Amino acid sequence: MAESDSALLETPLASLHRELGGRMVPFAGYAMPVQYPAGIMQEHLHCRAAASLFDVSHMGQAELVGEGAAKALEALTPADVQGLKPGRQRYGLLMTMAGGIFDDFMVANLGDRLFLVVNASRKEQDLALIGAALPAGVSLRPLPDRALIALQGPQAVASIATLAPGIADLSFMGIGAFEIAGVPAIVSRSGYTGEDGVEISVPAESAEKFARALLALPGVQPAGLGARDSLRLEAGLCLYGNDIDETTSPVEANLVWTIGKRRRTEWNFAGAERVRQELDTGARRLRVGIRPEGRQPARGHTEVHAGGQKVGEVTSGGFGPSVNGPVAMGYVAREHAADGTPLDLMVRGKPLAARVAPLPFTPHRYAR
Amino acid sequence: MAELRFTKDHEWIRLEGDIATVGITDHAQNALGDVVFVDLPEAGREVTEGESVAVVESVKAASDVYAPVAGKVAESNAALSENPGLINSDPTGQGWFFKLEGVDAAAVAGLMDEAGYAAFVESAA
Repeated sequence: MAESDSALLETPLASLHRELGGRMVPFAGYAMPVQYPAGIMQEHLHCRAAASLFDVSHMGQAELVGEGAAKALEALTPADVQGLKPGRQRYGLLMTMAGGIFDDFMVANLGDRLFLVVNASRKEQDLALIGAALPAGVSLRPLPDRALIALQGPQAVASIATLAPGIADLSFMGIGAFEIAGVPAIVSRSGYTGEDGVEISVPAESAEKFARALLALPGVQPAGLGARDSLRLEAGLCLYGNDIDETTSPVEANLVWTIGKRRRTEWNFAGAERVRQELDTGARRLRVGIRPEGRQPARGHTEVHAGGQKVGEVTSGGFGPSVNGPVAMGYVAREHAADGTPLDLMVRGKPLAARVAPLPFTPHRYAR
Repeated sequence: MAELRFTKDHEWIRLEGDIATVGITDHAQNALGDVVFVDLPEAGREVTEGESVAVVESVKAASDVYAPVAGKVAESNAALSENPGLINSDPTGQGWFFKLEGVDAAAVAGLMDEAGYAAFVESAA
């Protein structure tokens, strides 16, 4: 991390994190809580058992307004944005012209506008990319004065629905406007843990009051970025910069499902040529789940070998508290990508036996 | 029980007779968080002062554990493979990592005492 502490930005919940005993670390230019006193293991397990509150206000939020906004965005993403109905949200990829992944993002149709959430580490670049692709009459409005709070876990929706009953009627990837504890909020039934839950956009000036209201609900505990990372890894979800980047394609990353059906007949998005060719002939490498044998974790950048040859690299790896064992994901040459294929992970110079494993490691529990 | 001495890398060492026991400090285990795996040295290995001898893995990261002084590994703590959480719950007791023999008592005595280590941790915070 290049930033010095003094240059770090803070979210509207920074003082609440410190009050709760959060251990603040630099992440994407922000001081963020990596954990609270309960620790990553407990925070992770609590989220799978009850409900956890995560501050994700460092992520970028923006609105796209005007006639033709969805069509304009489709020039940059293979997602079906024009077909997204009001009140629905979708996961998509922003593409480079060469067919790499510029970022991953969420796009929602709020009726009169599109609502976007992008990664903290990419928000400046994303907004510049999108802004440059817009025709006259479509405008991009960054929303730096909004906080984003995730409430995740099997009790999350039941808990928050005590404050706004309508939230329980949203299905997975549904989105709507609600007033919660006196705060106007945009709530989507989505998240980054594999659990049911919501992500809630609120005005920055109300964020602390709002977070305190959620923390006062029965079963809700705060969780930091450490648990967020182990939860998303068990759920098989990509972290931009680790598992996907400008060198990886949607086909390699096993994210072909984000490409709309109509988009696969039009091929009119940035980087379409590479995607089309890889769909026809197969990608040389594929993102897969990897289960090391035993207890030893293999971290990101660990070389993956098979038959004494390097065949790939771990991109995310660690210990999965719910799996109760080490879990990883990474890229391997296509011929080694089938479930169950034996691999050697080169950890500190020694081969650690592992196998290709289906993702997710823990079943998704979305409210479909 | 002999007093503990400490390194700047957050190991502790306790010399009793001819055998020195080594582990990581309470401060270190707290900074690491929940320990999930340890890689320990084989008995009989000769180690030099400052050599990376063991690895401790928490949920979030891997960290090296260094030999506070030179010596020969007499034994590693087999209980840690089954229960690495002992490093969190009892870092200076049941959570010990390995024992060294043939160590220089003067080298151990030259390390920080408890007050010195506490001041070091305070200054680094």
